[in-house]
Amino acid sequence: MSNPVSENRASASEIHAAASDWVVERNTNDAWGADEQTELDAWLAQSIAHRVAYVRFEDAWARSRRLAALGRSSRTQAVLETLRNLRPLVFRVAAAFVYAAIMGGVIYYFLRPTSNAQTFATPLGGHETVILADGSQIELNTDTVLRISETQNERDVALEKGEAFFRVKHNPNRLFVVTAGTRRIVDIGTQFVVRNEADKLKVTLLEGSVSFDSGAQKATLTSGDVLVATAGSVSLIRKSPQRLSDELAWRQGLVVLQHTTLAAAAAEFNRYNREKIVIADPAVGELAISGTLPANNPDEFARVAQSFFRLRVGHQGGAIVISR
Amino acid sequence: MTETTDTGNDDSKRRFAGVAIAMSEVDAWFAREVLPLEAVLMQFLRHNWRNKDEIPDLLQDIYVRVYEAALKQIPEAAKSFVFQTARNLIISRVRHQQVVSIEAVADLEVLSIASEEPGPDRRVGARDELRRLQAALDKLPRRAREAFMLRQIEGLSRREIAARMGVSEKTVRWHLNEGLRVLADAFYSEPRHLKG
Repeated sequence: MSNPVSENRASASEIHAAASDWVVERNTNDAWGADEQTELDAWLAQSIAHRVAYVRFEDAWARSRRLAALGRSSRTQAVLETLRNLRPLVFRVAAAFVYAAIMGGVIYYFLRPTSNAQTFATPLGGHETVILADGSQIELNTDTVLRISETQNERDVALEKGEAFFRVKHNPNRLFVVTAGTRRIVDIGTQFVVRNEADKLKVTLLEGSVSFDSGAQKATLTSGDVLVATAGSVSLIRKSPQRLSDELAWRQGLVVLQHTTLAAAAAEFNRYNREKIVIADPAVGELAISGTLPANNPDEFARVAQSFFRLRVGHQGGAIVISR
Repeated sequence: MTETTDTGNDDSKRRFAGVAIAMSEVDAWFAREVLPLEAVLMQFLRHNWRNKDEIPDLLQDIYVRVYEAALKQIPEAAKSFVFQTARNLIISRVRHQQVVSIEAVADLEVLSIASEEPGPDRRVGARDELRRLQAALDKLPRRAREAFMLRQIEGLSRREIAARMGVSEKTVRWHLNEGLRVLADAFYSEPRHLKG
């Protein structure tokens, strides 16, 4: 070491404050000239610690500048615009909407109360919102088919496959019923999600309550309840508000992973994308990961898994193969 | 990443005399290869150093050693070099301490293996970067955020920002300084949650 230890005695935070100020000065002082530069050079020459801190803040400055330029040129500028005017909480909500608009491609349909049964479907990776004449909303997640029929006394939605979020304008005289095969979910003033898969049905209650009836079993769900019905069983568990909102991340075009195994995460991404993720090694499938990622970007997931666990990622026949 | 002077104001970095040209090359290397390791390095230090207050200084010492070595010759594998330096520094510090943390020693063994392996892929998508910036901006005090955005996004001068915000230029400078420090920590120090 060519430097005496004593050189580093100024605390790191003091040096950081000074270095950051120098970067701000050099980049924003309109009167910056030879004198200022000489002074900066002298400060930098005093110690390597000064120089290292300076490089760090100069890089951060340039980086934020580049990103700002990027934001301006893209649709995400809307998020930044909003941010400028609104407080953080409002910003997050607004940003979520903008993001949903970018990622999801939200499409609105209006149904006449007199209309006959109508079928709505989303392709792989799709996301659409259907608004009924009474203001009730149905959001379809990826690869979903549902049929809506409205009569005087009942609004009936048959979820043939996939997943949908329901925000129902409750009307005691006009029931809102979701059917999945032989199972019926009747709204009692509420927001809920129904996911209909080949081997199981899942109902997640966000607000209010619904009654569930599979013929053999009946249950009333209140907010926070998650019901899973398979061929032979029905289970009911309660989830925290955080976990509930994670389950709805698809409405923002996102997938939230919470200590999720790579195998389960791959299955989740495969719901949304044509390009499937294949985990080549069962042991790799057991590795767990947490994070939030765009649902429509399996490559990004593969990249994260790769860098996180130092795995190999390859492309074979239209699939992304993850292995050791 | 190699360009740390694309702010358009001047190219003062290139005007450093003599040794400075070599230094500028090291600067670029440092920003490109070393700074992205900061989050992992911080994690390592937090795990292995009992006195949390000393970590920023420890990190600084590691950076100084790495930078000094790079002035002589830029290491080929930045990651293993940085962690080797961290390991050596911790060991030499531990030797001067009365109490040795067992977990520190255990982890150092793990590290010596881990650092041999290829580093993480640091290419991050633009949207990811933007989300990170947004999250970081979100953390700033309101006035600092405002000043920072007026400068970096609107491109206003310091005088214009002062007028717009109804404060002195000195206050704007202070806000920008504060903003830059929080952003730098968000960029480098904080673990890479994928969540923006």
